[in-house]
Amino acid sequence: MATRNTLHVEVVTAEHELYNGEAEIVDAPGADGQLGILPEHAPLLALLGPGPLQIKLHGNDSIFFVSGGFLEVSNDRVTILADTAEQAEEIDEARAQAARRQAEERLQDAQSRTERAELQAALMRALSRLKVVEIARRSGRVR
Amino acid sequence: MPSTREIRQRIRSVKNTAKITKAMQMVASSKMRRAQERVEQARPFADQIRELVSRLATAASNGNEDLAEDLVLLKQRPVRNIGIVLISPDRGLCGALPSNINRQAALTARNESRRLSEQGGSPNVEYVAVGRKGRDFVVRSELDMIAEFTNYGDRPGIGDATAIAQVAVDAFLKGEVDVVYLVYAKFVNTVTQTPVTVQLLPVQPPEKKEGDEPEGKASEYIYEPDEQTIFKALLPRYVDILVYQALLEAVASQQSAQMVAMKNATDNANDLIQDLTLTYNKVRQAAITTQILEVVAGAEAL
Repeated sequence: MATRNTLHVEVVTAEHELYNGEAEIVDAPGADGQLGILPEHAPLLALLGPGPLQIKLHGNDSIFFVSGGFLEVSNDRVTILADTAEQAEEIDEARAQAARRQAEERLQDAQSRTERAELQAALMRALSRLKVVEIARRSGRVR
Repeated sequence: MPSTREIRQRIRSVKNTAKITKAMQMVASSKMRRAQERVEQARPFADQIRELVSRLATAASNGNEDLAEDLVLLKQRPVRNIGIVLISPDRGLCGALPSNINRQAALTARNESRRLSEQGGSPNVEYVAVGRKGRDFVVRSELDMIAEFTNYGDRPGIGDATAIAQVAVDAFLKGEVDVVYLVYAKFVNTVTQTPVTVQLLPVQPPEKKEGDEPEGKASEYIYEPDEQTIFKALLPRYVDILVYQALLEAVASQQSAQMVAMKNATDNANDLIQDLTLTYNKVRQAAITTQILEVVAGAEAL
C-alpha cells in the first residue's frame, strides 16, 4: 500500500455516524491513557475510557467527548465505536459542572464500594466533558 | 329501504372515518421512512461490532482456552430452560402484525420445548415482553414473564435496548434460562414484514463473509489493554446492538404494517361511500317518482 499521510477516520455510535473523513492525527482516550494514532500505525484494537477524542486535520480539529467504546486501527483506517459521543459544541458546560459537584459531594459520604465506583465513574465523565470543553475553547472553537 | 336522511348520515360518517384513516396512513408512512433511516444509521456500528465479534470468536476457538473460558456469554450449555424476548408493537391498528409475531413466539416456544422434551427435558419458557401487544399476549396466555417493557415509542434509543438486553443477560448469567431467543418482525419492505426468531444468547458469532480478510490476521493485532478485557467488554455491547437493531426493525415494521392497514381501511371506506351514494340516488329517485305519481294521480282525481 502506498504511503499515505492521512488516516481515514470513522466515529460511530449505535445511533448514528458522527464523523467520516480524513485525519492526520487521532488522539483517543484509551482505557489506560491517551492514545495517539498516526498514519501507518500497526493494527490495534483498544478499549476506550471516558475522555476527549481529537481528530486533527490541517489545523482543523474536531473534538468529541466519548464515554467509552472501542477503537480499531487497521490499514490506516481508524474506526471508533463509541458508547456515546458528543461534539464539543453540544456539551452543556453548566450541566457538566453541576454533575461534577454532585458526584464530588456524594462521594464524600458514599458507603458501599459499588456506590463509590459508580460515583467515581460519574465524576470521571463530568471531568472529561469539562476537559473537552476546555480543549475546544483553547483551540478557539467554542464560545 | 332506509330513508334518504339515514343514508346521508351514514355517508357523512364513513367519510369522516376515511379522513381519519387517510391521516393515519400519511403519519405512518412518514414515520416509517424515519424508522428506516434509523435502521440505516445504526448499520455502520452494527457491521463494525459484528466484525470484531467474529474475529474474537476466531481467536477464542483457535486454542486460546483462557479466553474461551472467560467469555460466559459465548458458552453453550445444556439447555433446560428457554427465554424468549418478544418484541411486538405498542399500538394496534396495524393489521395482522401483532398476532403474527405472537404466533411466531408461541411457535418457537413449542418447537424448542418439543425438541427438548424428546431429549428427556421438561423446559420452562420464560418471556421478556417488549411492547404492549406482546405483553397482553403473554398475560392472556398465562405464560411466565420475567420482565415487560412497554411504551418504547416510535424512536427507541440505545438505552431502551440496553435495558432489555440487561434483563436477558442477567437471566442467562443467573442460570434461569440457558438459551435466549429474540422474536421480532423483520422489515423486508413496505408490504412485507416477516416474523423471525434469532438466537441472542449464548452469543452466536456471526459467520465470516466471503471475501473478508484472510485468517490469521487477528493475531497481528495489538490489544490494548489486552484481549480478554476487550472481548469481555465487547460481548455485552454486541448483545445490546442485536436488541437495538431488532427494536428499530420492529418499529419500521409496525409503521409499515399500520400504513398498509390504514390504506386498506381508506380504500374500503371509499368503496363503501360509492355504494352508499348509489343507493342514496336510487332511493331519492324512487321517492321523487312516487311523489310525481301521487301528484299526477291527485290531479286526475280532480
